[in-house]
Amino acid sequence: MSVETQRAAHLVADSETMRWKYLDQIRRNPGPLTDPMAVEEEFLAQFEKFKIFGAGGLGCEILKNLAMSKFKDIHVIDMDTIDISNLNRQFLFRKSDVGKFKAEVAARFVEQRVKGVKITAHNNRIQDFDDEFYKQFQLVICGLDSIEARRWINAMLVSIAEEAEDPDGIKPLIDGGTEGFKGQARVILPSITSCIECQLDMHAPRAAVPLCTIASIPRQPEHCVEWAHVIAWEEEKPFPKLDKDDPEHVTWIYQKALKRAEEFNIPGITYSLTQGTIKNIIPAIASTNAIIAAACCNEAFKIATNSAPCLGFENNYMMYSGNDSIYTYTFKHEKKEDCPVCGREARPLEADPNMTLQDLLDSLALRPEAQLKKPSIRAEGKTLYMQVPQSLEEQTRPNLSKSLKDLGLENGQEVVVTDPAFPLEFNFYFRFKAAESS
Amino acid sequence: MTEILAQTPPILHGPSDKERKYDRQLRLWAASGQAALEAANILLINSGPGTAGIETLKNLVLPGIGKFTIADNALVQEVDLGVNFFLDESSLGKSRAQCCTELLLELNPEVDGSWNSTVTDTASLQKLLDVPEIFTMIMYSLPLQPEMIQAIETYGRQHGTPLVAIHSVGFYSYFRIALPGTFPIVDTHPDETATTDLRLLSPWPELSKFASEMTKDIENLDHHEHGHIPMVVILLYYLNIWKEEHNGAYPTAYSEKTAFRELVSKAMRRDNPEGGEENFEEAVAAVMKHVVAPSVPSSLKQVFEYEHNDEQQSKSSFWIIAEALKQFYAEHQRLPVAGGLPDMKAQSNVYIRLQNIYKEKARQDANDVFSRAQQISGGENIDRAEVELFCTNARFIKLINTTGEEPPSMGQIIERELGNDEISAIAGPEMPMSLISIYLALSVLSSTSVASADDIIAAVCEKAPTLNNNERLAQVAQELSRAAGGELHNISAVIGGMVAQEIIKIITKQYIPIDNTCIFDGIESRCQVLRL
Repeated sequence: MSVETQRAAHLVADSETMRWKYLDQIRRNPGPLTDPMAVEEEFLAQFEKFKIFGAGGLGCEILKNLAMSKFKDIHVIDMDTIDISNLNRQFLFRKSDVGKFKAEVAARFVEQRVKGVKITAHNNRIQDFDDEFYKQFQLVICGLDSIEARRWINAMLVSIAEEAEDPDGIKPLIDGGTEGFKGQARVILPSITSCIECQLDMHAPRAAVPLCTIASIPRQPEHCVEWAHVIAWEEEKPFPKLDKDDPEHVTWIYQKALKRAEEFNIPGITYSLTQGTIKNIIPAIASTNAIIAAACCNEAFKIATNSAPCLGFENNYMMYSGNDSIYTYTFKHEKKEDCPVCGREARPLEADPNMTLQDLLDSLALRPEAQLKKPSIRAEGKTLYMQVPQSLEEQTRPNLSKSLKDLGLENGQEVVVTDPAFPLEFNFYFRFKAAESS
Repeated sequence: MTEILAQTPPILHGPSDKERKYDRQLRLWAASGQAALEAANILLINSGPGTAGIETLKNLVLPGIGKFTIADNALVQEVDLGVNFFLDESSLGKSRAQCCTELLLELNPEVDGSWNSTVTDTASLQKLLDVPEIFTMIMYSLPLQPEMIQAIETYGRQHGTPLVAIHSVGFYSYFRIALPGTFPIVDTHPDETATTDLRLLSPWPELSKFASEMTKDIENLDHHEHGHIPMVVILLYYLNIWKEEHNGAYPTAYSEKTAFRELVSKAMRRDNPEGGEENFEEAVAAVMKHVVAPSVPSSLKQVFEYEHNDEQQSKSSFWIIAEALKQFYAEHQRLPVAGGLPDMKAQSNVYIRLQNIYKEKARQDANDVFSRAQQISGGENIDRAEVELFCTNARFIKLINTTGEEPPSMGQIIERELGNDEISAIAGPEMPMSLISIYLALSVLSSTSVASADDIIAAVCEKAPTLNNNERLAQVAQELSRAAGGELHNISAVIGGMVAQEIIKIITKQYIPIDNTCIFDGIESRCQVLRL
């Protein structure tokens, strides 16, 4: 090496040292609560090789925070393209980026801003990758906006952890989500602590409006919008396929809803309400996303550096609310022994023996602890109903109208439910309600 | 009906580009909140590592604050690039205020921004503050010279400008808001479930008439009709029956309400094809919550009993309407009807008629308050829409930073917090320990950036001797001195998000801001809000 290049290398090293002065100060000087291992050279060196995986609507914030936490090898995944309504909070995107892949634009922006970070963008769904792909990371951090995607990645990481023979198989999952001024951040140590499936009932789905209300006795503007969206659209098919982001399609629904509302004297239909109802829009702002994403990345930093105790074994969940003053509640969510993902026991399924199989399957979508939209079900030695393949669906379809009793199902009997959205089986046993005297 | 007319001529245009861009936030604070944000002018006086203030501005530029100014005399150094995202290689050696301003402005072309790199002392700060434009809010990062803080506080008092002090060191952080006086909020956005106001125990004639007409032949209604009586009507009908059987008294005690619920439940038809009735189930479920005598919540009592020490303040529209509402209450012994009706099983036309009965009553009540307000000196030009919002939200109106009441001293607050800690030591993890020692220790660093743990402990104990030998304080002091005055990006990003939320709440006068200090512990990942 020439003297020149040596000097240049020193300068780079110096500037690198200067740049991370605050952060390395924390890493190299243990505090009163720091694990002594954190400051051993070997451990400090490991941090440099840490490979981390990020996903979801909090992606911009998460990428910024991880890069500013000195993580050098980051993968980011997002199948979405940039929409104009993202620009009020997803701060790495500009108006000229509308239509481009989010992961790609965000990755290039942060790489350009923060020297030395390598960000690999995947314009995919998380479900496009298998366990071999996810095994390469030490940590997964998500701000996904769909509960389904959350459950999928959770099940994947739990299964990797359960199959692994050493602690490297435990890939902490950090999850954040927001709604308006509220949000939550949680840390999951797959197979060890309470997982997303254990916590599912904390995110109960909103009760749906009965179809008969929509079809014949609307009272609220939302009922009129749903009528236009579900019933009028089906009847008239104004466009081949409904695109909820196409203003022309939304306007069609809006006008239909408006007309119906006039018929019933129902006030309050607006374009914004129409769009909000059909897309189930959740309000989102930059500041809440900033709080939750940073709280998540702070946990990632503590886990990767051991510089201070992290959420996980004890407290593992932080709830945040900014509507009325600021309120946080940080607590330990307990693992459930009958969790279909990380538990070992079957869980009870309350049912009336006189209900039809169809009613039972419909109820699985609404039960907070299940939330399964396309369930198939079988009992030992007997297939009750299968969504796929088509031939089996046709064979088992007659069972849907039979009652549980007529199908020969008994109190306490175990059934297995599967759903194409999740790579796992849900084990239940029936707990029949005492027959009502009528 | 007027509502129907008002909605009939919709010119069918989609949302504008701006409405589309801001769609997700307009659903939270509406066009009125957005207009307030766009009219706001924010000053950040930055110092130290200075990341928390910049992160706050990012979260205000994105939703479209009108204008911001950054005052910061620092030149960008390598160390800034490791903590502040709104700088890059090309910023090295340049004004930090300028570089941050430029990179922040990229986030939203609708925002104005300017910078000032000359503020080094009180005199130059004063020059900046003397500009003719008035700042809507001022934030400043600590550590900062005490004289400069005084100059900012003086400006705040003179112009009625809310101030925010932000301090972020290592895993700890806090911010403190100083509002210029009592801060009333009408549009507090209570949870939807809390706003239902049915007046089942004090129905007015139109409501009673509607209910009795619908139920006069209740036993002979066919299953369809019976199964579609709105739960409000069901409850009013059976409340009358109850009254007749109980010498004119309503069910008020818990046991009476349970018995009343039983009465309603028994009246549900089970011999119909469905084997039950949804509307009766709704009625049964509503008994405990909605069969209640309306009361005046303590937050509104505080408004009614408020004593002004500022003549000017009492002439604001808020206080004029508050006075009118107080008169309304004194005369009618009830609050105005809020006017909303939750969804319930019913035929469309029946529900709409019932909804209009509630709306009409709310309109009459608001008219009453409105005409009273107009009689009050200064109330001639009061806005009707403001009166309506006031009446609708009456039960949720809130005062923040109430002046007049003697605030507890720091010594008393510490005493109280230590007392709570003793209880939580026994109660276990359900009751978290106080974070006040983080605030006290950070305060020691508010004018000097670095201090040893011992120095921090000594300085805190000098002001608060009760904390001598306090274990938690010792821990916090060690943790703080460990950071050597440095910021961690994540912690500053958390606090920057919180400060932005609070600034938005104060500027839009929507939702409820903190009163007045929020402490964040990034090790335990939790906050505590204290009035200090």
